[in-house]
Amino acid sequence: MSAWASLIPALVGLPLAGCLVTAAIGRRLDKSAHWIPVLAILTVWFIASLLAFDVLTGSAPLLEGAADTHGYAVHLFTWIPADRFVVEVGFVIDPLTACLLIVVTTIGLLVHVYSIGYMSQDPGYWRFFAYLNLFMFSMLLLVLADSWLVVFVAWELVGLSSYLLIGFWYRKRSAALAAKKAFIVNRVGDVGFALGIMAIWLNTGALDGVHTLNIRESIEKLLAQGDANPVPLFVTALLVFAGAMGKSAQFPLHVWLPDAMEGPTPVSALIHAATMVNAGVYLVARANPLFAAAPSSLVIVAGIGIFTAILAASIAMTQTDIKRVLAYSTLSQLGYMFAALGVGAFTAAIFHLMTHGFFKGLLFLGSGSVIHAVHEEQDMRRMGGLADKIPTTYRTMLIGSLAIAGIPPLAGFFSKDEILGESFKNGFIWVWAVGFVVAGMTAFYMFRLMGLTFWGEFRGPRNIWDRIHESPSVMTVPLILLAIPTVLMGMALGLPFGSGPIKSWLEPVFHEAEVTLGHGSEGFQLFGIDGGLILASVAVAAVGVAIGWRLFGAELLGLELPARPERVREISARLSVLYRASLNKWWFDDLYHLLFMVIGGRIAYGLWWFDRNVVDGTVNGVGRATVGAGRGLRRVQTGRVQNYALGIAVGLIVMAGSYLILAGR
Amino acid sequence: MSDSLDAYLVLSGILFAIGSFGFLARRNAISMLMSIELMLNGVNLAIVAFGAFIPELGAQASVIALMVIAVAAAEATVGLAIVIAIYRNKKTPLVDEYDAMRQ
Repeated sequence: MSAWASLIPALVGLPLAGCLVTAAIGRRLDKSAHWIPVLAILTVWFIASLLAFDVLTGSAPLLEGAADTHGYAVHLFTWIPADRFVVEVGFVIDPLTACLLIVVTTIGLLVHVYSIGYMSQDPGYWRFFAYLNLFMFSMLLLVLADSWLVVFVAWELVGLSSYLLIGFWYRKRSAALAAKKAFIVNRVGDVGFALGIMAIWLNTGALDGVHTLNIRESIEKLLAQGDANPVPLFVTALLVFAGAMGKSAQFPLHVWLPDAMEGPTPVSALIHAATMVNAGVYLVARANPLFAAAPSSLVIVAGIGIFTAILAASIAMTQTDIKRVLAYSTLSQLGYMFAALGVGAFTAAIFHLMTHGFFKGLLFLGSGSVIHAVHEEQDMRRMGGLADKIPTTYRTMLIGSLAIAGIPPLAGFFSKDEILGESFKNGFIWVWAVGFVVAGMTAFYMFRLMGLTFWGEFRGPRNIWDRIHESPSVMTVPLILLAIPTVLMGMALGLPFGSGPIKSWLEPVFHEAEVTLGHGSEGFQLFGIDGGLILASVAVAAVGVAIGWRLFGAELLGLELPARPERVREISARLSVLYRASLNKWWFDDLYHLLFMVIGGRIAYGLWWFDRNVVDGTVNGVGRATVGAGRGLRRVQTGRVQNYALGIAVGLIVMAGSYLILAGR
Repeated sequence: MSDSLDAYLVLSGILFAIGSFGFLARRNAISMLMSIELMLNGVNLAIVAFGAFIPELGAQASVIALMVIAVAAAEATVGLAIVIAIYRNKKTPLVDEYDAMRQ
């Protein structure tokens, strides 16, 4: 084990220690409770950056059993040594994990710093930081673990920290309900994931009786066995994907993510935009050979992903809560990532995961700054004209909006374009077509958000207007720091087109799957099909932005367009069915309420009745019958010797009599 | 002395029946012990009668009868001791008032 690899356990150890220490003594530290967690994450960030740099530049040693994958592996201990059920715990940093490490630790660090300012007035200050460190521990465990079972444990741990942080203001009923909703909806997916892990375990030992839960070994074994697997690869892959759907909030399990916005905004940025919701994408990417071996499962992944993308984008277009717009936008972008995975563009998915992590983290932290400035108002109808009052927030959010809209040369353009291009070239024209429309919708709703929030006239109460001020630098500096990768990351990783650093980094991880699928062989043609696709997606983004400007105004680069609310009303009246569908989130919450609360409630009530009357009735009936029979039979035991003697005499006479009768025959 | 085995057996049966009736019908513990003696003697009579009328049995019948007499004496001793012990507790010789086991 090299010196570097021995630092890997510290990546999870430090946040865990930070969480425990803060939980133990945080109350006494009061307003300085942030020091231990922030320093822990700073150290983690430093170590993670060094390790990721080593792994991605190829100066790390080759991983055992891999021909061209550089990375670090460390075996910690044998968790469960039970005969043939052996679970080893170890950490692996391969290029995929390294990419995730960069996103998780960088955004984690910046969100920790931002929270110092954002949560400064909160009575639960220390509790917040303890939870944040718990989340960092869980998330790092999730990306580092090399065993399915450890991944599952981390999977549940991030779910727990998400639950705790959504319900951070647990006195607020809506927050408590949202936390519960997130937990329960996630559980649905987790059942699938757990079944998937069981299927993998079963499959690995099917032929030689040697089971393994190591991720790489188990997948290799499953592929080698092919049709000999007791559980078909297609089913296994879909079960694993079910877990990913829950955690990454894909249709039909998407309903928890928008409600999760009840949590504090830094949480929305860190967990519900940049890191935890990416766990599903990571999981599918991690298991990519498995999915590639069952291509029909990838078609389902692509279908669900792109459907979620357009569904969420259509909802985001009419929401008025600034955080909800961003939440639906997150859903939509996650849908893009799954679509990318589905069409076999694994690298593009991870690329988009990274860029999206940064610009969506930026947008959420920016929205937190806006909410702070207008005194905890989240409704965009009572905002407007904030650009001059909070210039740093405005500028950084503008960068983020341009990035997510896909305007070159910002980060979102490169990653999104790669997804669209790959889906077109890999023959998934329908994915490309829907994704193309979603790109336009994304640009539109982001500039609707910008127009309503930052441009035009302030529509809130006058007394608040006078007191609006920019957030403290502990909040704006993270915004600026996030804006830098938002601008540069796409160019740094995506250029030259089709063979940028991200491609060469992740090539070893995804190469095998890409060969299996037979994609990604042809080169990039800037003046051929790829150039045309790029032009098309830039054009649709520009159209989206332009429509946003026309309807909701713009004050940019000397350009001054007034907002036209009367035109908005006119359009929404003309498309009233679509408008209402979008505003009511396509009635999914109502549908689920009907299905699971009303109908499900009735079924549950019926089952309860059955349980009480039939199941319990049987058990209690047996008991009651026994007691009654005992009470009746007790009369036989009179305690009088003569009664017993009479019994003996009668018995004897009966026996002797029957003997005589029978013998006499 | 009659020459017929049946006569002895009938007498033995009558003695046993009287004993059984006494045991079942009398409420006094002492009377019940006496009834038991009666039954035992009824049986003893049957045994010695068999012994006298069936040559193959030889002396065995007499030995069994003696054995029964010895056991009956022991039984009477123990039974009387128990009855006296209960009588001291309950101050009554009537068995239907010995109902402590009923509760």
